[in-house]
Amino acid sequence: MYSLSGEAEGGAPETTINTGVGDDPVKLSVRNLNFFYGDKQALFNNTLDIAANRVTAFIGPSGCGKSTHIRTYNRMYSLYKGFRAEGEIIMDGINVLDPKVPALKLRHQIGMIFQKPTPFPMSVMDNIAYGLRLHNSFSDSEIEGRVEKALRDSALWNEVESKLHQPGTALSGGQQQRLCIARALAIEPKVILMDEPCSALDPIATGKIEELIDEMKYRFTIVIVTHNMQQAARVSDYTAYMYLGKLIEFGLTSDIFTNPGSKQTEDYISGRFG
Amino acid sequence: MNIIFRRRVVNSLVLGLSGLAAAFGLFMLTWILGDVAIKGAGAINWQFFTELPAPPGMEGGGLANAIVGTLLMTGTAALIAVPFGVLAGTYLAEFGYNTVLGRIARFISDILVSAPSIVIGVFVYLVMVKPMHNFSGWAGACSLAIIMLPVVSRTTEEMLKLVAPEMREAALALGAPYWKMMTGVIYRAASTGIFTGVILAVARVAGETAPLLFTALNSPYWMHSMNEPMANLTVVLFNYAMSPYDDWHRLAWGAALLITMAVLVLNILTRLLLSRKRRTS
Repeated sequence: MYSLSGEAEGGAPETTINTGVGDDPVKLSVRNLNFFYGDKQALFNNTLDIAANRVTAFIGPSGCGKSTHIRTYNRMYSLYKGFRAEGEIIMDGINVLDPKVPALKLRHQIGMIFQKPTPFPMSVMDNIAYGLRLHNSFSDSEIEGRVEKALRDSALWNEVESKLHQPGTALSGGQQQRLCIARALAIEPKVILMDEPCSALDPIATGKIEELIDEMKYRFTIVIVTHNMQQAARVSDYTAYMYLGKLIEFGLTSDIFTNPGSKQTEDYISGRFG
Repeated sequence: MNIIFRRRVVNSLVLGLSGLAAAFGLFMLTWILGDVAIKGAGAINWQFFTELPAPPGMEGGGLANAIVGTLLMTGTAALIAVPFGVLAGTYLAEFGYNTVLGRIARFISDILVSAPSIVIGVFVYLVMVKPMHNFSGWAGACSLAIIMLPVVSRTTEEMLKLVAPEMREAALALGAPYWKMMTGVIYRAASTGIFTGVILAVARVAGETAPLLFTALNSPYWMHSMNEPMANLTVVLFNYAMSPYDDWHRLAWGAALLITMAVLVLNILTRLLLSRKRRTS
């Protein structure tokens, strides 16, 4: 293996790379984000903008910090002792990393989908109602209406209409993941983070989720971490390439994939490295 | 002797020995169970469940008060031990993973699980029976609760740890506060396992004699409250089996059969629950 790390440290200093999103309105501004697992630093001065109502993909080899990066947006890391983030992530004028911003409210606005589908041990209906009841005091009929809407929005309604009272775990893997998406959509967040949402799914289920992402971006800002470069190319408007905790390159997906600015990005997306 | 032949001989020898050992274990078990079933079945009739013990020499008589006493004390013990045990297990799994208190609690639980039950009986005798100058159903229930407690807390801890970390994160990522994540999602995900632990703990104490001998003692009468000595199947079994009367021997066999069947049913129930859980998750 040739000296990739040398290039990452010397060849592409953070100060010269593109961090903006052109004329698109900005939803999240990440500024000088550093992250520490105890003493070990995992993110180094990540700075970029996330465009509103666009899909931003994070790509890069395993362990490069993509998941760590997006898990700062909803302060998921704060569950664990010794994990801390420095820098700023500004959403609507507020720094979400500020401990004074209540995590519960923040997570109401920034939803998350995980790698493994995580239906709760309850019925399809209750899975979605759980989130709704956390933040509102809806009547039962209001809940039913919103559950149906969320299931329609996540293209799951036709498949589960007759199974609303069956356990969520009885659905197929792809359906379970769309149930989790419906659960996240139902509470009407502004941003949806997706941490490798398709890596446990077969190609057909993956295709359905990708179609869904395409439709969802008109209502939400979507940030997706993916191992699959073709997926990033298919679904995203912007792509960020990370390596060893540093943001190496960021820009329009069409630019990154056709005309990468750094040799390292080119090697990664063409499959020569990673 | 060629090497392949020798291997064959050693193989069949060891296989034969291990088969014999298994057959021996099975033989002893069926002997005990069969003996209890045959001799106990004769004692079990309507009177056995409805009447008080009769004095030696008199016809009939049953163990109604002992059956009720065992159910009462085991039930009370479960009511005491389950809330404490589940909460302690929750602390161990959620908050006490690496704390000093957590490690001490876990260590002591492990010791308590394997502590001889007679020691617990003597302990409760000293702290409850002696100061109160009275054997009582409460003391019996407390000694059983102490035996159940570590079983319930350790099972709860293990079952909570088995819930996927993603499930916790998914609930919290929806904006759930920690306690709502626990009550709404995590306990539900672990409920079958925790319930199994509770049943196993009940089965464990259902057959205990020593702790009750020092705490609830025994009584030939109906109980009026938990504040008096209380009849129970195991101590009755112990007393009657040691007595010189044939009638009492018969009742002791009946009590033995009843206890054995109860423990058997509880164990089968946990098997069924666990296999159902495995199928659905």
